[in-house]
Amino acid sequence: MKKTLAILLALLLALALFAGCAKTETPSGSGAGSGTTTPTEAPADAQVPAPVAAASDMEFENDSAAADAAAAKAELAAVLPKVKVGFIFLHDENSTYDKNFIDAAKEACEGLGVSYILRTNIPEGQECYNAAAELVDDGCNIIFADSFGHEDFMIQAAREFPNVQFCHATGTKAHTEKLANYHNAFADIYEGRFLAGVAAGMKLNQLIDEGKFSADEALVGYVGAYPYAEVKSGYTSFFLGVRSICPSATMEVTFTNSWYDEALEKEAANTLIQRGCKLISQHADSMGAPTACETAGIPNVSYNGSTVDACPNTFIVSSRINWVPYMETMIVNTAAGKRLAADWTGTLANGAVELTDVNTQAAAPGTVEKLEEVKAGLISGAVKVFDTGAFTVGGKTLDSYAADIHDMGDFQPETEVIKDGEFEESVYRSAPAFDIDIDGITIIDG
Amino acid sequence: MNRTHSPLFHISKRASIPWYISWAIRAAAIVAAMLVCALVTMLLTGADPIRIYVTIFQGSFGTVRKFWVLLQELSILLCVSLAVTPAFKMRFWNIGGEGQVLIGGLATAACMFYLGDKMPSGLLIPVMIVASILAGAIWALIPAIFKARWNTNETLFTLMMNYVAIQLVSYFCNIWDRKGSGIVGIINPNTRAGWFPVLAGRQYLLNVLVVAVLTVAVYIYLRYTKHGYEISVVGESERTARYVGIKVEKVILRTMLLSGALCGIAGLLLVGGTDHTISTTTAGGRGFTAVMVSWLAKFDPIFMVLTSFLLAFLSRGSSQIAQNFGLNHSFGDILTGIILFFIIGSEFFINYRLSFRASSEKEDGSHA
Repeated sequence: MKKTLAILLALLLALALFAGCAKTETPSGSGAGSGTTTPTEAPADAQVPAPVAAASDMEFENDSAAADAAAAKAELAAVLPKVKVGFIFLHDENSTYDKNFIDAAKEACEGLGVSYILRTNIPEGQECYNAAAELVDDGCNIIFADSFGHEDFMIQAAREFPNVQFCHATGTKAHTEKLANYHNAFADIYEGRFLAGVAAGMKLNQLIDEGKFSADEALVGYVGAYPYAEVKSGYTSFFLGVRSICPSATMEVTFTNSWYDEALEKEAANTLIQRGCKLISQHADSMGAPTACETAGIPNVSYNGSTVDACPNTFIVSSRINWVPYMETMIVNTAAGKRLAADWTGTLANGAVELTDVNTQAAAPGTVEKLEEVKAGLISGAVKVFDTGAFTVGGKTLDSYAADIHDMGDFQPETEVIKDGEFEESVYRSAPAFDIDIDGITIIDG
Repeated sequence: MNRTHSPLFHISKRASIPWYISWAIRAAAIVAAMLVCALVTMLLTGADPIRIYVTIFQGSFGTVRKFWVLLQELSILLCVSLAVTPAFKMRFWNIGGEGQVLIGGLATAACMFYLGDKMPSGLLIPVMIVASILAGAIWALIPAIFKARWNTNETLFTLMMNYVAIQLVSYFCNIWDRKGSGIVGIINPNTRAGWFPVLAGRQYLLNVLVVAVLTVAVYIYLRYTKHGYEISVVGESERTARYVGIKVEKVILRTMLLSGALCGIAGLLLVGGTDHTISTTTAGGRGFTAVMVSWLAKFDPIFMVLTSFLLAFLSRGSSQIAQNFGLNHSFGDILTGIILFFIIGSEFFINYRLSFRASSEKEDGSHA
């Protein structure tokens, strides 16, 4: 509810600008607002100023603002029913990642009162283009896809249907494709991972204090999907979170080379446990690793959502991306006929980066309070995840690093991302770019 | 006839029955399948079964685009089915279609990837065609050699070759995508090198035409050529084949080469014609579905048009049900399973007669 209100306020701000130009004009179509600068319009290369956060800071100032808000709300109510939203998912609810996305799709659309179509189990091939084109045939004005491999096929559809908005989560090419109707999105999930790491560090400290193992034996295991930036950024931020609490911790990572393979993920978790890992986390989408941990009695820090029902004794906490603010922003702006930015990046502040409830059964005492403290630090900027003072690469502090931000198929790093003692993650594009192997993390063969 | 004990019914093999009775049995099976599906739908979901059926039709015929997607799915599935059929007729259980398609697709993708900027499309496409056919043929020839020389179990061998092919594709995806995501993405998106031409503005038309020609060709090959006859004889009895002087090993190798080559073409059409990328899911289980298509059609290429239509139609319908009713895809698969169960079951009643106690006496009487 609060988020919906915040978005309505963001829209008010935009519509106030419109009101000056033409009072009677109802914006429709993607080009209608292109002549006016709106809070959501941003140059392709810059990070999007999060409109939701901007609006939240404003609050109601006086009665006329409230009246405008009511007018904006009425205007939005008039255009929203014209919007139909399509969604393309790689898997269905059995995948934790897709379930998180599907739940957000339903919540966002039902909250806004717009009609929507869900297409599940769409592979990362021509099927994705077919699904997108069929959604256009069904009258959708805005189409979301949730998987990295959908990107090229979404771009193919975006070229063919310029009047429909295509929003792709986790992709990297929107800011270089420069199509007016193709957009990427991601969230600063590395901050959520860092927080999850803090909870894991506290658990390790508790077990060390209880004499279960020595500080030197504080080995963390991580089941990753693919060895690329999204996953590497995730486990590195998690590990930095762990080490901010438990400095002696080290981590072993293994990759399954699949986003969803329950048997493989379970096997990977069991291998890590046999190698002496005292706590497991994962970035792969099945219940394989969490259930392996529950069976072995090893604490687990999850991703994409709570796994407490299946793992009541070992689940500590999970970080997740709440896609609702993203979808609401995109849908509302499409309804209002405003140009959408090339990249949208969710943050802790705008509610896109979340932690689930802490399972006090398994978590160390005081975890909830500590997480609140660190979260406040991350939001204020006092705590920086990729602080170059917090990690070394090959024994040295990192003072310069070029990342392949512009994904042109050349695999050539071109953008300097170390600035003021920090790796600038998700600044030049929404998708993560941190792909460095830091000291303390060992990649083992899967 | 006075029997002290006679069973409630007994089963006997039918000699032969007129075509209209066998088709009446099949039609009855489909009607029965629809009724059971309706019942299951109502019990499990509470949804109106009539609306579910309408939705299944919409999945394939709702729009022109959906119809073309159906044709594309039908064509590729039919192509793989045509590929496995000569081997099946020979009683060589090639369930390696999946891997043979994938390896054909991989060869196509490799040509596009490495040669895309080195030669014009006019030369590149013939190279892709040769490479995919060779790759598929070699993939099928390996188990055939082992079968012909050492009589290894071809079912297990071809099955295992699938996993080798999947791992090879996975390996090359990781080499070609240096980011580590394992996703190649569309190959040559700007130059379109190696992309098949689009005929009459319809992206899938070329695939449909190619498979139509292949269907007729395989039909003629199996039915009217010496090779086709040899395949039938080897399938009926290897000893007979040897006795009449057919070189069984040669037939096995030659037929599997053909089988693999056709699978390679399916991979070529998928990668060069539509997807323009490769992943471990490019074949999408068609290598296994094709086994069913071929069996249902009793290895007749013309009937396989119907059976592959049926399976493509049901799969598109499942997807439409999932979309319109918010049901999981598995529900569509359950309905597909029920329908296939009845269709396969109906073949039993075509081949065998069920005689109940009372009627059996009557029939015995009439024969006397």
